[in-house]
Amino acid sequence: MSRYLTLSALAVLFLFPLVWSGYASMEEPSNYLEMARFGEGVGTYTTNSALVSFMTVAGTLAVSALGGYGFARFDFPGKNLLFLATLAILMVPYATILIPLYVLLGYLGLQNSLVGLSLVFVMFQLPFALFMMRNAFEAVPRELEEAALVDGCGTFRAFSRILLHAVRPALITVGLFAFLASWNDFFAPLILLNDGASFTLPVAVVSMTSQTMGAIDYGMLQSGVMVMAIPCLILFIVLQRHYVRGFMSGALRG
Amino acid sequence: MTLTSSRSGTRSGRRPAHSAPPARWRSRKVQGWLYAAPTAVIVGVLFLAPLVLVVWMSLNRWPLLGPARFNAPDNYLKIADNALFVDAVFFTLKYTAITTVLLSAVALGLALLVQERGPGIGFFRTAFFLPGAVGFAAAGLLFYGMLNNDFGPVDPMLQALGITSEPVKWIGTPDMALFSTIALVLWRFAGFNMLILLTGLQAIPVEVYEAARSDGAGRWQIFTRITLPLLRPTLALMLILSVTGSLLAFDQFFVFTNGGPDNSTVSMVMVIYRAAFFRFDLGGAAAMSVVLLVALVGLNTLMMRRLR
Repeated sequence: MSRYLTLSALAVLFLFPLVWSGYASMEEPSNYLEMARFGEGVGTYTTNSALVSFMTVAGTLAVSALGGYGFARFDFPGKNLLFLATLAILMVPYATILIPLYVLLGYLGLQNSLVGLSLVFVMFQLPFALFMMRNAFEAVPRELEEAALVDGCGTFRAFSRILLHAVRPALITVGLFAFLASWNDFFAPLILLNDGASFTLPVAVVSMTSQTMGAIDYGMLQSGVMVMAIPCLILFIVLQRHYVRGFMSGALRG
Repeated sequence: MTLTSSRSGTRSGRRPAHSAPPARWRSRKVQGWLYAAPTAVIVGVLFLAPLVLVVWMSLNRWPLLGPARFNAPDNYLKIADNALFVDAVFFTLKYTAITTVLLSAVALGLALLVQERGPGIGFFRTAFFLPGAVGFAAAGLLFYGMLNNDFGPVDPMLQALGITSEPVKWIGTPDMALFSTIALVLWRFAGFNMLILLTGLQAIPVEVYEAARSDGAGRWQIFTRITLPLLRPTLALMLILSVTGSLLAFDQFFVFTNGGPDNSTVSMVMVIYRAAFFRFDLGGAAAMSVVLLVALVGLNTLMMRRLR
């Protein structure tokens, strides 16, 4: 019983900030209206964030599903080297390669571009995603694929028609991780985007605190926090099973 | 590996994979490369190229705008004279030590509390993890509002409970700013680390506990003699993640304390960021990045070896 008392007290402590933020954001209904009109308008920032998240999720899924299938079922020269190079992304601290990435995206004409930012997110997601997808494809019985090949399908048709279906749970896990990372990330867009109209939500809302120095509207700020947090909270609660499974099977052993 | 796509023969007529014709093997190789090509492009262009570029940039005077000029090793020599960076190194190490110890302790406590399944345990696990789904920037702004002296609920609550008699300077003094930031980090990351430890705890066979209990071991003995040693690999992983994450701290200080008061909470990555985008000295920022990168890769390798 004392265990449940401790647990309940802790749960209150952990949930209180979220509940308070939701309450504070709604205390004055005008908070969300002001928030909507802030800067380029919260609609613009939300659209930017949604676009970046969509491109990141789609890109990560496409690259890691193709790559995972290639790594699980084919042998080719340089295979191990490429796999190790991908995993090495985990060893190199995120923050230390963003400045060269900023310069590099400039060479590619992708500075201040949501596409460039999404590509960077795809790269950061790749070690985990590729690892997950390779393991998932390896777990699919070979007979399933062979049956399709016998029926005259090419490997790509077998991949797209049958195998992708079989690895759906892994795809959901990879997609969820990619969404949470790209929607929430602050440092990469801060460095790679420099024009207010292309800001994502975290950068835009944080800039509210510096632009209105001295006269911060705290209620409006909390409505910004809620706009950022609610999609993640909902997605996490709905897909929690996949998150935890991904955690157990891949995220930690990469 | 079956290579029968063009064959319609009966099952019994299928040859085993290892005797497949060489021409098909070559095409399997090409196909394998095609599937892996997008990965290769992303890793090559967006990871390996910037890795080379950051080293090259660190050897040049590299302004934000305008041409670069080779000036090695000036950018590296400059680092030792950069008082802000030197202070940031000490501050970041202090922050990392405190955060890692507290985070491990809290996460382990939570994991032990929710380890055994029971009614409502799923709810508590979710409750502890939920802050982890909120972005770090959003979490920083949330605490910024929650701990504000005029607007936030924490001061009135503490006063009503008689714990404090006047508003606390949550981010107004160097020590309190560090304390509040660590509270934010614990709130945001304890559940995540709890989840890591849970995977380790669940890998310990129940029989081990049962055997210990039948041998008359007490709860404390079981914890120190069985749980902790068997949890070592998982604890090591959590430690590495926490140390690396803390050494690279940026969001929490940029969003929540803005490095203040008086630059007392400026982390290493924050100095790099300021060098690049306030002083437009990308070469200097690159040199500090290289130093940090080498130090972290070295540290990670060392920790992995020692903790295995």
